[in-house]
Parts: sequence; structure tokens; C-alpha cells
Amino acid sequence: MQPFTYAPVADAAGAAARALQGASFIAGGTDMLQLLQEGVAQPAELADINRLPLQGITEDADGAIRIGALTRLQDAADDARLREAFPVVTEALDLTASPMVRHMATVGGNLLQRTRCLYFRDVSTPCNKRLPGSGCSALDGENRHNAILGGSEHCIAVQPSDLPVALISVDAEVQIQHADGAERWVPVEDFHRLPGDTPQIETVLRQGDVILGLRIPAHARGRRSHYVKVRDRASFSWALASAAVALRLDEGGRVTEARIAVGGVATKPWRLPRVEQELLGVRLDRDRARLAAVWAAEGAVTRSGNAFKQPLLQRTVERAIIEAGELA
Amino acid sequence: MNAIIGQPVSRVDGPAKVTGHATYAAEFDLPGLVHAAMVVAPIPRGHIRSVDTAAAERAPGVLAILTHENAPRLPYHQIPQRPQVDAQSGEQLHVLQDAEVRFNGQPVAVAVAETLEQAVHAAELVRIDYARTPALTIFDPARGRPPSEGNVKAGRVPELGRGEAEAALAAAPVRVEARYTHPREHHNAIEPHVTIAHWEGEHLTLYDKTQWVDNDRKEIAHVFGIPEERIRVVSPFVGGAFGSALRTWPHVTLAAMAAQRVGRPVRLELTRRQLYTSIGFRPHSEQHVALGATKDGRLSALKHEVIQQVGRYEEYAETVLSPTSHLYSCPNLLARYRLVEMDTNSPCPMRAPGVVTGVLGLEMAMDELAVELNIDPLELRLRNYAETDEQKGLPWSSKELRACYATAAERFGWSRRRPEPRSMREGDQLVGYGMATAIYHSDRSAATASVALTGNGGAVVRSASSDMGPGTYTSMTQVAAETLGLPLEQVRFELGDTNLPYAPVHGGSVTMASLGNAIVAACGAAQKKLADLARAAQQGPFSGLPSEAVAFHGGGLARADGSGSVVPYAELLRQHNLGWLEAEGSAQPGEETKKYSSAAFGAVFVEVRVDEALGTVRVPRIIGAYDVGRVINPKTARSQCIGGMVGGLGMALEERADWDARFGRVMNANLAEYLVPVNADIGVTEAIFVPNDDRNFNPLGVKGLAEVAICGVAPAIANAVWHATGRRIRQLPITPDVLL
Ligand SMILES: Cc1cc2nc3c(=O)[nH]c(=O)nc-3n(C[C@H](O)[C@H](O)[C@H](O)COP(=O)(O)OP(=O)(O)OC[C@H]3O[C@@H](n4cnc5c(N)ncnc54)[C@H](O)[C@@H]3O)c2cc1C
Ligand code: SF4
Repeated sequence: MQPFTYAPVADAAGAAARALQGASFIAGGTDMLQLLQEGVAQPAELADINRLPLQGITEDADGAIRIGALTRLQDAADDARLREAFPVVTEALDLTASPMVRHMATVGGNLLQRTRCLYFRDVSTPCNKRLPGSGCSALDGENRHNAILGGSEHCIAVQPSDLPVALISVDAEVQIQHADGAERWVPVEDFHRLPGDTPQIETVLRQGDVILGLRIPAHARGRRSHYVKVRDRASFSWALASAAVALRLDEGGRVTEARIAVGGVATKPWRLPRVEQELLGVRLDRDRARLAAVWAAEGAVTRSGNAFKQPLLQRTVERAIIEAGELA
Repeated sequence: MNAIIGQPVSRVDGPAKVTGHATYAAEFDLPGLVHAAMVVAPIPRGHIRSVDTAAAERAPGVLAILTHENAPRLPYHQIPQRPQVDAQSGEQLHVLQDAEVRFNGQPVAVAVAETLEQAVHAAELVRIDYARTPALTIFDPARGRPPSEGNVKAGRVPELGRGEAEAALAAAPVRVEARYTHPREHHNAIEPHVTIAHWEGEHLTLYDKTQWVDNDRKEIAHVFGIPEERIRVVSPFVGGAFGSALRTWPHVTLAAMAAQRVGRPVRLELTRRQLYTSIGFRPHSEQHVALGATKDGRLSALKHEVIQQVGRYEEYAETVLSPTSHLYSCPNLLARYRLVEMDTNSPCPMRAPGVVTGVLGLEMAMDELAVELNIDPLELRLRNYAETDEQKGLPWSSKELRACYATAAERFGWSRRRPEPRSMREGDQLVGYGMATAIYHSDRSAATASVALTGNGGAVVRSASSDMGPGTYTSMTQVAAETLGLPLEQVRFELGDTNLPYAPVHGGSVTMASLGNAIVAACGAAQKKLADLARAAQQGPFSGLPSEAVAFHGGGLARADGSGSVVPYAELLRQHNLGWLEAEGSAQPGEETKKYSSAAFGAVFVEVRVDEALGTVRVPRIIGAYDVGRVINPKTARSQCIGGMVGGLGMALEERADWDARFGRVMNANLAEYLVPVNADIGVTEAIFVPNDDRNFNPLGVKGLAEVAICGVAPAIANAVWHATGRRIRQLPITPDVLL
């Protein structure tokens, strides 16, 4: 662990100013502490943003729901309005980590947790994301957890968060403030970036940005939504594959709107437009769900250890569609 | 007074543990304590070309940087008669004695600083240039070789058997044959290994996480070439170990070396990642089992070959063939054991070392044979019940395995099982029932204890044993309290200090059978001493009586004929102006080892639910019935058994070290990616103890209870997965990628 200075900050402007100077933020610390201990993150300054007034969930007059960046995952999971309006989000939170972690971890931090790629977190091995140009050990290594979608020859690391997968299915946006005071909104879908040849750059955030919160728009209300997560044990582990499905059905049971995103399989929370398209206008049944889900793994590139994710992804999406459509 | 032995007494050390009053090794807050951090090699084999410690030495708070260039040369005398838990040939890693790198993760330098953070920082500043040489990092069974002489002498034999296995197998009307593997697994106790070393002149005190203070002392005495009397090891509480703290690891030497260098007490605590390389692990194994049987399901031939990985600087081997040799009746048997050398830290005992591996292959193969024969798996076991230990040619000191089968099967509802695979469902899920037998040989070792009867009417019992979690504090207190006829609260048991009477290793399920009997003997010795005083007294109720005319009961001495009253211990002490009275007692294995074979047995039944589309397996029920001899404390015994079930579930479904052969390194060396079961994985776990009291084995009638509890669980789960899905997964763990 490299020595660093610790600087509590009181407001977003102060935080952004520190970040512009190169400080890293610590919120719940559930990921940051691991990164510091393993020597993966070596910030010169750690700005503690826990006192920023960005906690809690509010409802706009139009029915949109806002979640402050520092809201703890458990508080979000316990929010009755969120559960009622966007069950997929709550379900994803319920299946995230463990109660202990959820009581510390924040919504903003969750969007930014780093990959669980085994090589990224072990500084004794080459990794392009951690040390650009050093090589990617996962390509021919222990890549069971790595991505089959969105990878490049430089990096196939999975973005492991559950929450953003669910957020994509309800068209959520991230609110960001820059050190210059400017605010902007970015759809969660566009927030993370593909690794390409710069796997060290993971999001659209720039130095000097701070996340203020999230907004789930009112228009996403009323979709039937559901989150399915497959993992190696019954709780407290990241997804091997997960799927968030949000569907709107007309009175005749036809799909008029579909949003499907998946996690655990891709280098960023991954939307599946082709699967959505396959569902539009159809009356849902189990066969339809299966046929549509086949497209989930379109473009997948598998490696020695993660080929199983291709069928697993398809079946996870199928299951999520069936359960969201209450076809079980 | 009611019997105390056999009561479900809550842990006597429980309140101290949950209120934070129990002091673990890391928590001895000595004045002037400083911290050490290790630098470890990132290559699997090679040597150090150069070391640059300049930046590290200049870092704040740094007191010393030790490397092979400036570390003292230590004699590393070898212990003439090595304890069973140590590697039996080769030599332990000699730390900082040369420039060689023998495995990835080997400590190559130590930074000592005022604070932990400063030490860690300084360790990161040590620059080392390595020359890498070719390494053996692939587990290649073709390289398997027999264990070497040291291990053979210690019972880790390359071959054993009887009859003509090959010929019988060839002639068998029904045969099954298969290969099974499990990966390298790690103990992952909650408490990391840690040592505080404190020199006062020529005397060294080690506060260490260890399951055997006496062995710790012996090893460090030999490494440093100093008399054992100058070393004291203190280890009152151990936060789980599962065998990882049976032997003395290199970091203990490093801590002592560092403390000597800086002249202050030094604490060295391994990081979670270092716990995958600086202690041992359960070695990766591959096994081949071939069974031959008659059409009515009697085993006629059993062949079993187990191949395991082993380190190269020393050779740790296990008793993998022991279950095969005597679990079933079979006239023709051939078992073979081979080791594959790899550049890795050395493996070491992990709960039911070797046996859990051997049972896995054998019990999965038995299930395959049952299918082949179209016989119920339980019935097949009963048809091949071993009435005697056919390998040793000895009767069992006791064996209630039939009762285990019957009790657990009944409780589980085994009769509801439909024999065909894929025949049971619950909603979308496939349901599977599986079972397996568990066995672990019971041993005893020589042990001593002291008992002090105190003026306040209580007793203090002492022995240099350990309690890594099974409840030794509690069960030994029960044994002493019952033997002395005192209430539990009046008896205190102290352990974990080399100043106390010698105890054997706290492992291999030997503690109660060994130390328990020593405590009974010590209680008897103290009572005799007191009775002798009372009889020799000029006056008093026992004056001049012959020894058979007096007897202890109800917490004091009385006339054997029941006349007169009971004089409590404290009163007797007072009458003789004694503040306290102490005596030692010991117990050791005797003739019974020549007359009998002894083992603990179990029958494990599990139900699994398989989500076939997603490849997930859940285990709603595990029911085990066990013959462990007499049960001293059913509550802690149950904890042992359900702990074993949880461990076995982890072995079956989750645990795996992700080994990258390019680096010779475990990549998932943390508790986020090396999975062990969590609460949500565990459904109903039930442990039943069938009545038994094995006085043939030892006077207390106990066998062993710890190792047996993990045996049989993983094969029962794998067998249940077959029953649910019709797929025989012979490679653990059974994760979604394997099932899909
Ligand atoms: C054992 C374990 C299991 C887990 N399992 C799961 C799981 O199943 N699913 C899942 O999704 N997650 C899982 N997690 C991850 C956990 O959810 C994340 O670590 C957590 O959400 C991160 O939030 P935090 O507040 O603790 O972030 P921190 O660790 O404090 O910070 C994480 C990153 O976010 C940055 N950051 C935080 N807040 C802001 C902000 N407002 N603006 C800009 N940058 C910010 C920090 O600078 C840092 O780079 C698990 C974690 C653990 C330890
Ligand atoms: S996949 Fe990405 S994070 Fe993993 S080793 Fe390769 S570059 Fe590093």
C-alpha cells in the first residue's frame, strides 16, 4: 500500500475540485479498500465523499425516481416506492453481494466497481487494464469469469455490477457534475465503455467528475420487470450471467415495449436490442421466449474457460423473459 | 449429581469469545511491538539476481529489511523423529538462507517497521531482480512416483492390498471403472496465521496461531539451534485452522528472526493472499477406481490408485489409501499411491487429510457399481459390510455403521427414492437423493495433564493442547468435572502454552481419546494424593483407613461403605493446611492397537435440487448418522458434524483454487473468488449419533469426531447429482460450467 493523504470533503463542488487534482474518491469503500490493499489502486489522495448530501431516494412530481449517489444499496433495496415502480432494480439489489456489503456500498460506487478479473486484482501478473501495454493474462488464462461479449484483444474483463444491468432495462440516467460546475446526464446504457485498446478507461467520466445520482424516468413505470442472476453459490457472489427484463404488454398480451440487459458476460452492462426486437409485437409464450433468447449470445467470442457462458446466457435470458411474463 | 459427560453444555469459552475477551495470537499487545511484512516471489522457479533495499530502508518507520543477503544463517537442525504432521522427507523451506526461488509466493524478504502500514509500504519498495528457470507447474499424472522412504516409514505407503486384484477384476462378472478429480483446496480459516515473536535475552516467546504449541517450540528450537527450554509458545485461542496450524510454517521463523534483528517484539501476520502460499493446502488429486463384483453385488476386486501433487523441497504425503484398505469387505484389493512433484508451496493436512480424498473416489465408484448392478446404493454397502478390518486382519474395537445406515436412511426417508435417475422432480427442478459412507481411522497419542484442586473448592486442569474450534475447552472441562464430581463452573481448563504438561497434536481427531484419558488419569492422581493424605492423617474421619475403604464421590471423600459424610476437597485441603494440591496424569495407546482396528463411521444422505437449464445445484438437506464412540458433548459434537457437512458441500460444489500454470500461482487467492459455502447455501443439516461406547479403544469410550464429519459428504452430493440428472460428474467442484 502506497502512502496517501486522506481528505474528507463536504460538497460536490469540493469533491470535484479534489478529483481534478487527481484525488480518488472513497464512498462505501467496499471496492476501494480491496484495491488499495492489493496495490491495484495507488492514489496520492483519497477524498472521502461520505458527507456529501447525496443520500436518499426521492420521487419527482412526474413520477420519476431519483437515487442519490451515496444511497446505500440496502437503503435502496428497502425503498417501497422503488420496489413498487421498478421491481427489477430492487431485485437486482437484493441479489447483490451480502447484507453486510449492501449496508456499506453506495449506488454511485456500484456503477464504478472495478472488474473481478483475477489478473487485474493480482499485481504480480500482466494486465492491460491495470498496467496498459503489459498484456492480457486472461486471454489464455483462468478466464472462467471473463466476458464473451464486448471484449477486445486487449481485455475481456467483465464489468461485474448488477445494478446498472437492471437500470438499463428501465432507461435510467446518471447525473454527473464536473469541477467546472457543469452538470450532465448520461444514460446508464452509455455510461460504461468498451475496452477496445484502452481497457484502463472504463466509463465516460472525466477527471474532475463526481456522480450525483441516478434518475429512473416516469415513462419506464408500468413495465413488467424482473432480474435473474446465476452464480456459483446461492448468495454473495458475482453473476456468471444475469438478465434484467422489462416488458410492457398490451391488453391482448402482446409485447409493446421491451428492454433487456445482461450482466456477468460482457465488458459492460450489455443491452440486447436484437432480443428486444424479437419480442416486440408478439404474444409471449415459452417458445417465443426461447427463440428470442437464442439471440442473446449473438457475437459472443468464447475462450477456454468461459464457453459455458454462451448457453448459460441464452437460458438466463429465456428464464428472465418467462418469469417476467409470468409464463411459468 | 447428574452426569456432565454427555450433556449438551454450551461452550465455556463462548462468552469470552463473543465479548472480545478471548485473546488471539495477533492481539498480544506487547510494549514496543513492531510489525513485519513479507515480500514474496512472483515467479515459480529461479533465483534472485539482485536485491535493492535502498528505497525500502529509507521509508518512514523502517527498522530493518531482511533478505537472504543479510539474514542470519540458521542451523536448521532436523528433528530426528518427525511428527506425523510434518513433511516426512526433504526439508522445510529454509527462509532467507539462499537466493533460490522454489515456488511462487515464497518469502524472499521481510520489512520491519513501527507500524503495519509502514512495513507493508517498505515491503513494496524492495526491488528484486529475478532470473526465471523452467518450472514444474503442470499436474501431470504421468510423472507420478511413489512416496519416498520417510513417508513410507510413516505409513504413507505406495502400495497395499491383499489377494489377486488384477486377476479377480478380469474375472469379475460386473465391473466399473472411472477417474475422479478434485482440485487444490485451501483451509481459509477466518483467523489469518500470525506470529508475535519476543526475545528477552536468550529466551524467545512466540504468540502463535498453532494447533500444537509443543511442536512449534520443537521446530523453532531446531531451526535456531537453541534448547527447547528457552522457548515458550503461547496460543490460547485459535480462530479456525482445519489442519493449517498443525505444523510450524516459515513465517514463524521469519518473525523470530526479525525480532532478533530489531531487538523488539515483532508481529508478522499473513495476508489473505499469502495464506495461499505461506501455509499448506489440500493437494490436487486424481484417482482411478476399478471395482469388480459378483452379480449379486459382492465386491470381488477393488483397485484404487490415487495421484496427488506434492512440493519439491519437501515431501508431504497422506494416508489416502486407508479408507480403501478397510471400508468394505473384499478379498482382492490393490491400492496405489503416487505423487507428482510440482513447484509449489508444500501441501499439508486439511480436515480428514487423504481420507476425504480416498473416500470420495471409492464412494462415487460404489454408486456407479450400484447403478451397474441395479441395486440400491445403500443395499450395496450393506452387502459388502466389513465385519473386520480385512487389511489389518483385526476386529474393530467397535463398529456401529449398520446402525448409522439404518438411522440416517430412516430419518432421511431414503425409501422414497426412486431408483431411476431423473425420476424425481419438484416444479422445474430435478430432485436427487444420494448417499455415501464416511470413515476415519481413530488414533490415540500419548498425552499428559495436570489437575490442581484449589482451596476454593474448584479445580484447574492444564495441558498444552489447543482448541481450534471444536470445543476442547468445554469437553475437557466436562470430563474433569465429572471425574472429580464437581459442578462444571468449579472447573477451569487451561491450554495452549508450552509451560503446561505435554499434549499431542490437536488434529487427526485424536484429542479427546488422547487428552481426555490423561485428564481422567490426572484427576485420579490428584484424588489419590488427597486421599493418601487424609488416610495418613493423625486424626479425622479417614485416619488410618486402608485405601479401599475410602472413595470419592459427590465432590469429596467419603468412606467406601457409605457411612459418615462426604468431606469436600476444599475441606480436606484446609485440614492439611494446603492452599492447593496438584497431580499429573498421562495416558497413552496400549495393547488395544495390537488387538483392534479403530475407526469412526458415518452414513451421509443428501438431497439436491438441480436447475438443469442454469446448471445450479442446491442442497436442501444433509442428514448424517455417526458412530464416534461415546459423545462427551452432543452440542459441540453436532457443531463439528454440521461444520463438516458445510465443508463437504463446499468441496462438492464450490471450492477450487484457480491454478495458472504459466505463473505457478493460485489466481483466486481471496475470499471473494475462492468460494466457500455461505448461509444461503445451507439447508437442513442434521447429525445423529448412534449409541456406542468404545471401551476397547480407550477408557473414556470415545473415538474421534472431526475428520469423519467431512468424509462422505462430497461423494453423497455428487451421487445425488447423478440421481437428479443422470449425469455422472467425476470432477469437483460441480459448478454450473461443468453441468451445462
Ligand atoms: C465480497 C463482495 C461481493 C460483492 N458482490 C457483488 C455483487 O454480487 N454484485 C454487485 O453488483 N456488486 C457486488 N459487490 C461490489 C459492491 O457492490 C461494490 O463494491 C460497491 O457497490 C461499491 O460501492 P462503494 O460505495 O463501496 O464504493 P467504493 O469502494 O467506495 O468506491 C468504488 C469506486 O467508485 C468511486 N466512486 C464512489 N462514489 C462515487 C461518486 N459519487 N462519484 C464518482 N466516483 C465515485 C470511487 O472513487 C471508487 O473508484 C461485492 C463486493 C464484495 C466485497
Ligand atoms: S481481461 Fe482485462 S482486466 Fe483481465 S487481465 Fe486482461 S486486461 Fe487485465
